[in-house]
Amino acid sequence: MNAESDTLTPVQRATDPAHDDARAAPLVPVAPVDLAALYRDSGIGGVLDELDRDLIGLAPVKTRIREIAAHLLIERARASLGLAAGAPTLHMCFSGNPGTGKTTVALRMADVLHRLGYVRRNHLVSVTRDDLVGQYIGHTAPKTREVLKRAMGGVLFIDEAYYLYRPDNERDYGQESIEILLQTMENQRDDLVVILAGYADRMETFFQSNPGFRSRIAHHLTFPDYSEAELLGIAERMLASMHYRFDAGSRAAFADYLARRARAPDFANARSVRNALDRARLRQANRLFAASLAGGPPLDEASLTLIAAADIRASRVFAGAAPPPADANGREPAASGNRC
Amino acid sequence: MRITQGTFSFLPDLSDEDIGLQIDYALRQGWACSVEYTDDPHPRNTYWEMWGLPMFDLHDAAGVLQEVRACRAAYPQHYVKVNAFDSTRGMETMRLSFIVNRPDHEPGFQLTRFDAEQRVQRYGLAGYAAREPAGARYAAAKS
Repeated sequence: MNAESDTLTPVQRATDPAHDDARAAPLVPVAPVDLAALYRDSGIGGVLDELDRDLIGLAPVKTRIREIAAHLLIERARASLGLAAGAPTLHMCFSGNPGTGKTTVALRMADVLHRLGYVRRNHLVSVTRDDLVGQYIGHTAPKTREVLKRAMGGVLFIDEAYYLYRPDNERDYGQESIEILLQTMENQRDDLVVILAGYADRMETFFQSNPGFRSRIAHHLTFPDYSEAELLGIAERMLASMHYRFDAGSRAAFADYLARRARAPDFANARSVRNALDRARLRQANRLFAASLAGGPPLDEASLTLIAAADIRASRVFAGAAPPPADANGREPAASGNRC
Repeated sequence: MRITQGTFSFLPDLSDEDIGLQIDYALRQGWACSVEYTDDPHPRNTYWEMWGLPMFDLHDAAGVLQEVRACRAAYPQHYVKVNAFDSTRGMETMRLSFIVNRPDHEPGFQLTRFDAEQRVQRYGLAGYAAREPAGARYAAAKS
């Protein structure tokens, strides 16, 4: 086991602080269970590495997934010694500000849980209020049940889950849907993992009015805001996936853009980054087009893939401020409505 | 007399686990499953009552099994079957159908003879249980 200690560190680290002694006990090598071999054979290392590689930031989320992976592994080791404790419940709630990756992580969760051997099928059914709640009396229950049946064996992802409950309308059918959800989450834990996602403050209200929901969800994950460095990394990754690139000037310009944009009240983390990049691509296209019409040189791959500093500096976020690099007073330009 | 209709009917009754595996097979083939029940299992009775609508877009047997259990709980003394439909030909083609619940007591069928025109004999089948009114058939036979 010593030889494998370096690959095992994620498991050990995850198990130490969060779980109590009962779960950590089999880690002590008194039992003839080769945890290292189990870990190697399960392919969990690959899943975790992939998650680390593909998702920037999100440390608490990754830690929790590590914990779950470790727990499932320990559970398997315990089962081989006849210490079965039943499958843990893995219903989750993702809360966080807009654009912090809740939906992205949830979509990967089915894959992760399937490879960890917790769910039988690698499929995820993604629904919102419209898919669960009916339009007239007697419509909601069959609709919700049908969605639950479709999700059986995999993961049911309820985006913007707080819309299910409308406190302003006491005859709202959402409550009926919630009751069926709760019942299935409790009785068919082996068949289904439910993941709720929503903005933190609204989910808080939602749970306050449905206390049963909070207690049936074992894992409440809070998605932190991204730091500016992480956002820049996300931007680079998005561009790479679209076959664009920054040069040194435009990278600095974009970092500058992020510093200004992040202070705006409607900043939506990675989603704002994606929108900003989309607009920069438009400006790049326009710039190249104008240059060609003006008799510029023919376009090569380098110029077609490059987002130049000018494409970013043209953003409205920079408008009304001093010449960009010199501006350090930290004030937002007074822009209203659609901020670019 | 044990009724032998559909697939697997000459085998001992399937357990829930067996049923789940068969449903999984059907779902893997892309067939849609439905649950039906009746208290008139005459071989010519093609139209059993539907227990809910056919279930589309399922990936796992748990959803169908849930309906099978619910139907059994509601009609413990009826025949219940699971059908699997294949829609690839543009119409619902039955590909698999098997009984998942049957009454405790199955009285069987009587061969009946009719005199037709002149001295021609016609034959028919009549279930002993079907003499009772619908709804009281197998429950009555049990008592």
